[in-house]
Amino acid sequence: MRTNAEIQSYSKSKRIKNQILEVVTNPYNVIVLIAIALLTYLIVLPLLDMISTTFVLAQRDARSAGGTTGEFTLYYWHRLLASELTGKLLLQPLLNSLLIGVCVSVLAITLGSVLAWLMVRTDLPFKKFFSLAVIIPYMIPSWCKSQAWLTMFKTERIGGAPGFLTSLGVNVPEWLAYGPVAIILVLSLHYYAYAYLLVSAALNSINSELEEMGEIQGAGKMMILRKITFPLVLPAMLSAVILTFSKAIGTFGVINYLGNPVNFVTLSSQLYMNNKSQNTETAFAMALILICIASISVFMNQKLIGSRKSYATIGGKGGRSTEIRLGMHKPIITIVLILFFIVGIMMPILLLILESFMLREGSYALSNFTLHYWIGDPDPTIMEGLPGIFKNDDFINALLNSIKLTFVTGILGTIFGQILGYICAKGRGKLHGKIVEQLVFIPYLIPSVAFGGIFLSMFSTPQTIFGVTIIPSLYGTFALISLTSVIKHLPFASRAGTSNMLQISGELEEAASIVGAGFFKRFARIVFPLSKGGFISGFMLIFVSIMKELDLIILIMTPKTTTLPYLAFQYANGNSPQASDCVAIVMFSIVFLVYAIANIFGDADLAKSMGG
Amino acid sequence: MSKIELRHIDKYYGKNHILKDVNLTIEDGDFMTLLGPSGCGKTTTLRVVSGLEKPQGGTIHIDGKEIVNAAEAHFAPPSERGLNLVFQSYALWPHMTVRENISFGLKIQKLSKEEQEKRVQSALKRMQIAQYIDRYPSELSGGQQQRVAIARAIASEPHLLLLDEPLSNLDAKLRVDMRSELKRLHTETGTTMIYVTHDQTEALTMSTKIAIFREGVIVQIAPPLELYNNPCNLYVADFIGNPRINFVQAQAEYDTKGMRVHGPLGDMTFSREDMTEDAPTSGSGAVVLGIRPEQLCINTARLSPSDIEAHIYTSMPAGSETLITVKKDDTTMVIKALGITHYNPDQTVYVALDTKKINVFDKQSERLVKYSR
Repeated sequence: MRTNAEIQSYSKSKRIKNQILEVVTNPYNVIVLIAIALLTYLIVLPLLDMISTTFVLAQRDARSAGGTTGEFTLYYWHRLLASELTGKLLLQPLLNSLLIGVCVSVLAITLGSVLAWLMVRTDLPFKKFFSLAVIIPYMIPSWCKSQAWLTMFKTERIGGAPGFLTSLGVNVPEWLAYGPVAIILVLSLHYYAYAYLLVSAALNSINSELEEMGEIQGAGKMMILRKITFPLVLPAMLSAVILTFSKAIGTFGVINYLGNPVNFVTLSSQLYMNNKSQNTETAFAMALILICIASISVFMNQKLIGSRKSYATIGGKGGRSTEIRLGMHKPIITIVLILFFIVGIMMPILLLILESFMLREGSYALSNFTLHYWIGDPDPTIMEGLPGIFKNDDFINALLNSIKLTFVTGILGTIFGQILGYICAKGRGKLHGKIVEQLVFIPYLIPSVAFGGIFLSMFSTPQTIFGVTIIPSLYGTFALISLTSVIKHLPFASRAGTSNMLQISGELEEAASIVGAGFFKRFARIVFPLSKGGFISGFMLIFVSIMKELDLIILIMTPKTTTLPYLAFQYANGNSPQASDCVAIVMFSIVFLVYAIANIFGDADLAKSMGG
Repeated sequence: MSKIELRHIDKYYGKNHILKDVNLTIEDGDFMTLLGPSGCGKTTTLRVVSGLEKPQGGTIHIDGKEIVNAAEAHFAPPSERGLNLVFQSYALWPHMTVRENISFGLKIQKLSKEEQEKRVQSALKRMQIAQYIDRYPSELSGGQQQRVAIARAIASEPHLLLLDEPLSNLDAKLRVDMRSELKRLHTETGTTMIYVTHDQTEALTMSTKIAIFREGVIVQIAPPLELYNNPCNLYVADFIGNPRINFVQAQAEYDTKGMRVHGPLGDMTFSREDMTEDAPTSGSGAVVLGIRPEQLCINTARLSPSDIEAHIYTSMPAGSETLITVKKDDTTMVIKALGITHYNPDQTVYVALDTKKINVFDKQSERLVKYSR
């Protein structure tokens, strides 16, 4: 046993010196510290700013609230939560949001899971084709789809040209053309991709021996599906629910297209309207309510999954996977899938392409077809004299902006995401890992529109600490758009990074550190080469998402920094759907092309990045 | 070429106390094996020595130089400890060829190109895998990967080589081959080695010294044969030896001249000089006799009056030896006889034993009270 003298025979100053040295000379610790500081500054601070904004009286409201500008007030919360306006301002939009969120989640998860199961576990024919096709909706922005929906179902109600069906003489009922049904269908057709990606990743990791064991015990196919397969992928399905639900209640593009004609509003569309009309305080209060709803859903999800979180990995890496025979149902299922592919995926794209060639929408006479919106010279009678997009400087500018934005943020986001993922993977179960994991998750809960709003208000003025300007005013700059995009996408990027880094055994790094490889050498020579595929997949995830991003950056846009989605949005709102279609098609082509290249040459796989 | 001293090492994972006041000295040139069941802290000890884990308490010196002083938060990085490690999983970098795997560390040491090549070649030659130099790990069999892992570790010419259950992923035959190669490697290079295993045969055949672990505590440190002959307590006696040692319950009376034991195997007297220092000199108590299966002789006829009459329970011939289980009243014992012998169930046999050779343990404290001589 040790003596007292032995315990006390160390020098305290040496201990402190060594501890400090350890922290500052170890690049990993330095990076963790920097990461935590940056995340706090860029995520926690804006959130706090957002909260405090809702309690400070703005000049515009000073008179009606009966106070002085800048003083503490409950005016906004009172107005929102407990005044005669509550019903119109909050309750109705909130109910609509919840309706959309719940219905879209149920539909999208069901559709995505069934598709994933068919694709991964059964002997469905043309699998390669289908598995590429089902990802396509993820690449088309949801507002593009609502545009296609309008092209198909538009009635005479909102004026302008009739939709495809109306022009054929079909009487389209209004409830189908606009409002909740249309919104739910369009959003479900969009968000099922999340469930598909997550569930197929989970299914892929299940050893089919688990199912075969059930078969040996005498369970039928349905029994196995219900009692073995379903519980094993349940965690993945529940995280897909969270993803879908929070995205669906936070979206506003689709609501704008399909809800406006019948005055159907949700919390997110109200949030946008308030933000746009400078009612920042009310907008942020609404955003906080949305954040609360999203947080509650995440909390419930964690309660539901509980300790079963790691199911999929326990079954893990069962190399062999026997396909389930669909038998006599095979032709029927195949035909249904092909129909789904044609109606749900190809039709919107084809409609957009078709419409982009029509001089006037709604007239399907051959003489009406033109290339004007693509390459036409300015004509004062069409679109107020704007030329076809390829001769239009606005378009060229937006195209260049979009490409610049997606590559810059894609690359930066991937690098940060992988580094944060590395910290999360190495720090699993340790305090710093948990802190980073939680911090990185926050942007996920903040609705895109509000996130853009808060960054706009924060970085429009120079940021100073102790009187020293750290960041100059970023209003209207490309840097602000990039910053917002990168931070908002960190949850995804770092999730992709974590799942990527977890695949690299710690011993591979330890073996290098034994022979004296420092942190950077290990990262460059061991970690990076082994995770290249994951880098590319992670990049694709961000790239696709930012290329089609509208909600997030719509408030930050200035004419100089316009991107393709924003241009399309402008055209559509300015009653030039054809020009909008052209822009959307170009955008989709870029996304698809880059994805195809990454898939063929870089082994990119969105499913791998999504599944944790 | 290295002497390692661990003093009062304590290691916690969260609230789990993994290593409890571990003291271990490894002399220059030792082949020290850390032996114990899984989860007993032997791999953690190895990782603490390597520098991959930081203990919360204690000091480590290599050749008199302090490399760990937990109280002062001083932990020399692994690369400054002059050691190398062979992982259980081999941890070969899958994106590098055999040559790149081996030369990686040499490059970091900034050795000249010629020196690197020389070291790579000689390591590969020593492990007899020179023909695979340009292959990737995935193109090699498990046994070949193992050789590459060892080659990679010895190429840096470490003073101290750490091996973490390196043979556990190999099949039985390869394991025996690799055992003799590792032993050969040790004698040829003279490198100090620390070897972690849960396989007692590996430990007994290869080591110069064995440290037995139990739940984070070192129970006994001794050369293999000493460990086998005089385990310090019942735990070690039970853990070491295959087939297992026979335990026979008995009663002992102590006095200054030694002790008298009375039990199912008859009366025995042991003189004081064969007994341990902490054995009692007066009183009485329950003891356990520890008798190795090969210390018992079996005959069909009584050869000496002290022979014990017993009955055959089972007889299991295994070619070079036969394991026979006999029963004497309620006591069951396993006897190892050389060659093929045959006995019928329930046959009466006579068992002879040399009381000089058996161990006696105090039942209460479980500690050894009488040495085998």
